[in-house]
Amino acid sequence: MSEQQTDLAAWPDDVLETAASWKNDGREVAIATVVHTWGSSPRPVGSQLIVDGAGAMVGSVSGGCIEGAVVKEAMEVIAGAPARVLDFGVSNDQAWEVGLACGGKVQVYVERLD
Amino acid sequence: MKSETLEAVLKVRAEKRAAVLLTNMLSGDERLIEAADLASLQATDADLAEQIASALRSDKSRTLETDDGPVFLNVFNPALRMIIVGAVHIAQPLARMADLAGYAVTVVDPRRSFASVERFPGVSLSSEWPDDALADFGLDARTAVVTLTHDPKLDDPALEVALKSDAFYIGSLGSNRTHASRLERLSESGFDDQTMARIHGPVGLNIGAKSPAEIAVSILGQVTEALRKAS
Repeated sequence: MSEQQTDLAAWPDDVLETAASWKNDGREVAIATVVHTWGSSPRPVGSQLIVDGAGAMVGSVSGGCIEGAVVKEAMEVIAGAPARVLDFGVSNDQAWEVGLACGGKVQVYVERLD
Repeated sequence: MKSETLEAVLKVRAEKRAAVLLTNMLSGDERLIEAADLASLQATDADLAEQIASALRSDKSRTLETDDGPVFLNVFNPALRMIIVGAVHIAQPLARMADLAGYAVTVVDPRRSFASVERFPGVSLSSEWPDDALADFGLDARTAVVTLTHDPKLDDPALEVALKSDAFYIGSLGSNRTHASRLERLSESGFDDQTMARIHGPVGLNIGAKSPAEIAVSILGQVTEALRKAS
């Protein structure tokens, strides 16, 4: 068949491909995944953000409101802390709580890529 | 996540197979289960097999509460695809926009002066006859088909293949009158009204689009509606 093939790997926002390539480059990587949402939340379950040891990130787990806190947790996980589940939302009063402007709640699982 | 697990996920995706990754969020245990393995899983864990099948069908990842703790079920369905028949002006912005929205796009047009790399840089092009090209693609429930040529010689064969497939969206450019005569021809080819009602024609949401890029927005909007509001 006469088909001129494009480079699908050139997708700019393929988070997991990027995670694998960072790891191959010798960078430490943590993966954050939205595992549960309640009410309105900007990114659906399954959305992912990857973070490296220097805090560089690709992808998203919200509209930008909780990424900063997730990056901080991710860097701890990279440094050797265990994988963890983070809860963000209006009713949460833990120290790392960051309010979601939209009023929803979101749960994020943060793990190291070993 | 183990690197081996990530490599396995990327391989499944590259080979366009459906799978789910189960991650126990207490223990970190991981298990990649392909849709093809569901039949054998059915025998040992029917409940889990049904949960996975349902998640794949609805394309929705979710957390399962199990005796061993919360398990995240991450759905990896094959990529969305859009087949555009007719390498016309509207196809240029539509191919770029659909790519941004996550579709693997192929533009089909046997007229080589239309389907040229200069007009469609970076887009997968096929110069086969539409019915042959579409039959080769194996249209599935993750595929949208949009015909843009206005030319029955090119659009009709594509529509006939699309109507016999599971494509989640079929749209065809043309005025109400063009569409009416299109339906007449398809009816003569043996398609019933219910089947032909799957064709969105005139194509696109009615947002008063004028320019090719605006028409592309209206088409991609309608494709998105079909994908996300169907279930």
